[in-house]
Amino acid sequence: MDLFEYQGRDLFERHGLPVLGGGVAETPQEARAIAERLGGKVVVKAQVKVGGRGKAGGVKLADGADEAEARATDILGMDIKGHTVHKVMLAETADIVEEYYFSYLLDRANRTFLCIASVAGGMEIETVAEEDPDRVAKIAIDASKGVDEAKAREIVTAAKFPAEVADQVVDIAVKLWQAFVAEDATLVEVNPLAKVGDGRVLALDAKVTLDENAGFRHPDHEALEDKSAVDPLEQAAKAKNLNYVKLDGEVGIIGNGAGLVMSTLDVVAYAGESHGGVKPANFLDIGGGASAQVMANGLEIVLGDPAVKSVFVNVFGGITACDAVANGIIQALELLAQRGETVTKPLVVRLDGNNAEAGRAILDGANNPLVERVDTMDGAAQRAAELAAAGK
Amino acid sequence: MAIWLTKDSKVIVQGITGGEGSKHTKRMLAAGTQVVGGVNPRKAGTKVDFDGTELPVFATVAEAIAETGADVSVIFVPPAFTKAAVVEAIDAEIPLAVVITEGVPVQDSAAFWAYNVAKGEKTRIIGPNCPGIASPGASNAGIIPADITPQGRIGLVSKSGTLTYQLMYELREFGFSTAVGIGGDPIIGTTHIDALKAFQEDPETDAIVMIGEIGGDAEERAAEFIKANVTKPVVGYIAGFTAPPGKTMGHAGAIISGSAGTADAKKAALEAAGVKVGKTPSETAQLMRDILS
Repeated sequence: MDLFEYQGRDLFERHGLPVLGGGVAETPQEARAIAERLGGKVVVKAQVKVGGRGKAGGVKLADGADEAEARATDILGMDIKGHTVHKVMLAETADIVEEYYFSYLLDRANRTFLCIASVAGGMEIETVAEEDPDRVAKIAIDASKGVDEAKAREIVTAAKFPAEVADQVVDIAVKLWQAFVAEDATLVEVNPLAKVGDGRVLALDAKVTLDENAGFRHPDHEALEDKSAVDPLEQAAKAKNLNYVKLDGEVGIIGNGAGLVMSTLDVVAYAGESHGGVKPANFLDIGGGASAQVMANGLEIVLGDPAVKSVFVNVFGGITACDAVANGIIQALELLAQRGETVTKPLVVRLDGNNAEAGRAILDGANNPLVERVDTMDGAAQRAAELAAAGK
Repeated sequence: MAIWLTKDSKVIVQGITGGEGSKHTKRMLAAGTQVVGGVNPRKAGTKVDFDGTELPVFATVAEAIAETGADVSVIFVPPAFTKAAVVEAIDAEIPLAVVITEGVPVQDSAAFWAYNVAKGEKTRIIGPNCPGIASPGASNAGIIPADITPQGRIGLVSKSGTLTYQLMYELREFGFSTAVGIGGDPIIGTTHIDALKAFQEDPETDAIVMIGEIGGDAEERAAEFIKANVTKPVVGYIAGFTAPPGKTMGHAGAIISGSAGTADAKKAALEAAGVKVGKTPSETAQLMRDILS
């Protein structure tokens, strides 16, 4: 889960990192109140989970509460790369003397964590790494040892931080690591980490990603979720414990296993190329034990998407038995009918693996005009794409 | 002979008395696996009956090894206890630990991996969030269905469970030496490269199927390894060509971050290493069929 900057700033503050005073506003009036509290000049920053907001006009300086209210009015509701701005953060301004970069992140390749630090901050670190690789230090962190003062000194030396800020950066490096571990983060990034006029080093931005798998030991993390940005279908699916991602096509997808479902999206997209460019409408993995209830929930979500014109149910029975899946589909259609939700969109079903013969026989026997059985994954994808194109 | 798991492997199950643990213990036994016991400190000293096979429950992995000579542990404990279970397996120096559990916090996986390295890597860890390892006709450690394919001479390594089953099914006419599901998490124990190396060295494997998906750069690194070290034919499949950036697709590790981790980049890297990459699972199976027949 990616956090907004203001949530990251609060998290940093809780863990003792030096940040500037700030607050978050959803209306220009709230922005005015925060600006009054902070006093003097403030910066008004769009809260969106996408880079490049400064260039898009989402970061403005304001001198006093009147201007802060006006800038907040401008920025709230803006569209930045497809993200609507619902919140602005107001923060004290700083006279930046130097900008640095500092982050901890997951290093998948080495199965550990990595610190990336640079004295060239304020711009995208990928750009710095390309244009000026000598100024980007990458230091592996031993997951069992973490970052103590000695390790922090090693980082500061490797990244060639100036001597006059070294002690402060060491302190920040240790505290940031403690925050990273305590919060089960997979990324904490400070860009810029800035030296300001009075010599202090401050975290002027905060990018944090939290590990959702660790949610069971962080009951407080749930409140950080941005409910406004979540697609309503994704939200409904989550409430039913379904692994669903909304996409922008017309062929609804239900399958078992993350890899097989991703593969199904690809196969449907290829098939769509010769059927009016139809695409997959969603990712939905119903997992191993696909009961009739889970299938009904899944079908309800997928059929509830008005963009969906046909549905492709693609199951390879491993642990799941295909006869159970077939019964699940038939019962699910009955369940939906009982709930008064008449299904009119065609379903293409492909069953292979465990008890596939029995599953196919059940579907054939049910004789439901909406359910069409196709033997192969590629053939079924073609048929589902064809039906979606016809229904468009 | 297969890799890592043979008919002689003696398997214990950590979490044998739990729902998943007992269900799959039964299936592993039915597949002919030598399951010799389980671990649950609260039920130590008892016996559990699996359709007529009585298996002893031990307090610790070390005790289970001492009593049964077990050399493989399959771990089914819930995410909150997985780190402790793997650390216990490492401490007991069991040669192979297969971590099936899905939803393990990545800092826990990083921690047990670092612990394993500090202890000299005496334990091969497969997973977490994986279907396990199966050597058809010989032994089955995990949840891969045992009856998809007979024994044969193809080796398979995959991040995905159901795609493993799909490819095993499509190529069942040839059979498999060993199929290894390495899991879809960002941090995993055994990698594509480890499996490729073992298949290259295995005299009973003639060709290799490698299945990857979006996220990370494991496939790119595997491609480099293949170029330098693998002489047996390899066919590849990558899932997620049409996945949008920034969205996690089911597996915690399946996410395109910025420009990194795309299926196109992985396909290009594999093809540059001489690997034939299929556009769909069935096309991938056909590429293998062309090689073997």
